[in-house]
Amino acid sequence: MARSADVVVVGAGPAGIAAAVAAAVAGAEVVLLDDAPRPGGQYWRHGPAGLGPHHHDRRGWRELSTELAEQRAAGRIALLPAHRVWRLEPSPEASGADGTEGTGGATVHAVTDEDPAGPGGGAAGRERPVTLTARAVVVATGAHDRVLPFPGWDLPGVVTPGAVQTLLKEHGVPVGRRVVVAGSGPFLLPVAASLLRTGATVVAVAEAGDGRGWLTGGRAVLARGSRLREAAGYAAVLGRHGVRPRLRTAVVEAHGTDAVEAVTLARLDRSGAVVPGTARRVACDAVAVGWGFTARVELALQAGAVAVPGPDGGPAVAADPWGRTAVPGILVAGELLGIGGAALAVVTGRLAGAAAAAHALGGSRLPVEAEPVERRLIERRRQLIAFAEVLHRAHPVPAGWPAWLRDDTLVCRCEEVPVGRLREAVDLLGATDARTAKLLTRCGMGWCQGRMCGEAVARLAAGPGTTVLGTHGRDAGLAARPVAVPLTLQALADDPTRREVGP
Amino acid sequence: MSGGTFRFDGRPVPFEEGQTIGAALWADGVRSWRTTRLAGRPRGFFCGIGVCFDCLLTVDGRPDERACVTPARAGADVRPGGRGDGWAG
Repeated sequence: MARSADVVVVGAGPAGIAAAVAAAVAGAEVVLLDDAPRPGGQYWRHGPAGLGPHHHDRRGWRELSTELAEQRAAGRIALLPAHRVWRLEPSPEASGADGTEGTGGATVHAVTDEDPAGPGGGAAGRERPVTLTARAVVVATGAHDRVLPFPGWDLPGVVTPGAVQTLLKEHGVPVGRRVVVAGSGPFLLPVAASLLRTGATVVAVAEAGDGRGWLTGGRAVLARGSRLREAAGYAAVLGRHGVRPRLRTAVVEAHGTDAVEAVTLARLDRSGAVVPGTARRVACDAVAVGWGFTARVELALQAGAVAVPGPDGGPAVAADPWGRTAVPGILVAGELLGIGGAALAVVTGRLAGAAAAAHALGGSRLPVEAEPVERRLIERRRQLIAFAEVLHRAHPVPAGWPAWLRDDTLVCRCEEVPVGRLREAVDLLGATDARTAKLLTRCGMGWCQGRMCGEAVARLAAGPGTTVLGTHGRDAGLAARPVAVPLTLQALADDPTRREVGP
Repeated sequence: MSGGTFRFDGRPVPFEEGQTIGAALWADGVRSWRTTRLAGRPRGFFCGIGVCFDCLLTVDGRPDERACVTPARAGADVRPGGRGDGWAG
């Protein structure tokens, strides 16, 4: 049978844990799901031994994980790790289809693997459906690295900065011995610093931005002294190892046969085009390239929430300061509100958790904005958003990046669709958005469902100056996915809420 | 769960407690464990967090498991690739 809770929180990263704790403190019975074996999200991802030298804001984790442990011990939060949510279905009343404001809520469909050693002892690897109903759901599914295609990016050894951090934080494995770190954004610095601390050689740190954006940030930047000190700490580690980040520089090609052996670094002009004569080949055995992050919005969109362009041009979800979307009882927290980092995720998680509990327990009763705690959170949220906006302005995707591509560069890694075929769909067949390009080329139809290529396809199809939302407004870089993660047909057939749908 | 070894393509690969199959393979120097179905190109780790599905392999007969999120288990029979490999020969 479907289990019920006042509030279900999807995602146990900084935003999701904060939301679960806030909802529990407000008196709600909470279920917190995550697809990983341990809570912490990508930011505080860790192995069985806990956080290590490559983690940041360990104090923040101690505080939040202690709060989570207290609420779990008190029986107010049930944590379900290793649960993959594939569908978020709003209750029929949530839509207000009968003309009234619905009470909201949703059904959360997940799968988990049977534990052959556990009670019941199912077959190893067999998926079991887990279905929950809740009066309010907080979607806190976080983000993954934003990637853009470039020649050779499908070679083994070319990875995302997030993969480098995961290998180190969770498994203690350095990605390579001679590593290039590239792309744009402050996240590149901790990645390089972590590698240096493990004894790896960081051959180059290539930052596509020129740093000027930070100089015009003014008070929004100065108000975030802790982040500035953190960045200075990484710069010091890099400096001790003689690594000086190269500004307005990018990895424009990776070379190798069965794995990456070298990359081409080149200087960029203001538009992001390669400055002639500056290309330089550098030997390496691994390269991490990232352009910030892409919010994982698909569950919120499934539930009927509205996609909007985020401050970095990527997909985000429309919501009020409490994380409430247009669908009653469906809330979002953290990166789904616009990429802003872990500190903002915790703040928006606390606000969304309080609002979700208020919705679940008291109908449409709102949290009281005049409460000092909430007032402080809302002011803190405003400061952190202002900082994130400066960050995104300082580290844009270079407008000229499509010129780095060749016709045979894969844009969709899963379906092996080369850029030439996508350009044909745009230039000859008239595709102007990601969805049409997908139908014409199979871009985004593979295993990852467009998570890797979605933003690139949207940008290449729509041309410069457009958003990832496409002409249909809800493409969100191919993030409209009826099924969020692959699941077995057996698990689907076993779903306790399965019903026949007539014509 | 504790450390141990699993078999990859018939040979033993060591892992530490809590490691995924992908992390253990990477630590062992393996950089790819799948070929794409059209061009037959090698693939391994890319996103590292279960999102890109580039790192698929077969574990104890179950195809298309993500190496980057599947915990290593002592004695597991891990084979390269999943169902979609080599469609084009």
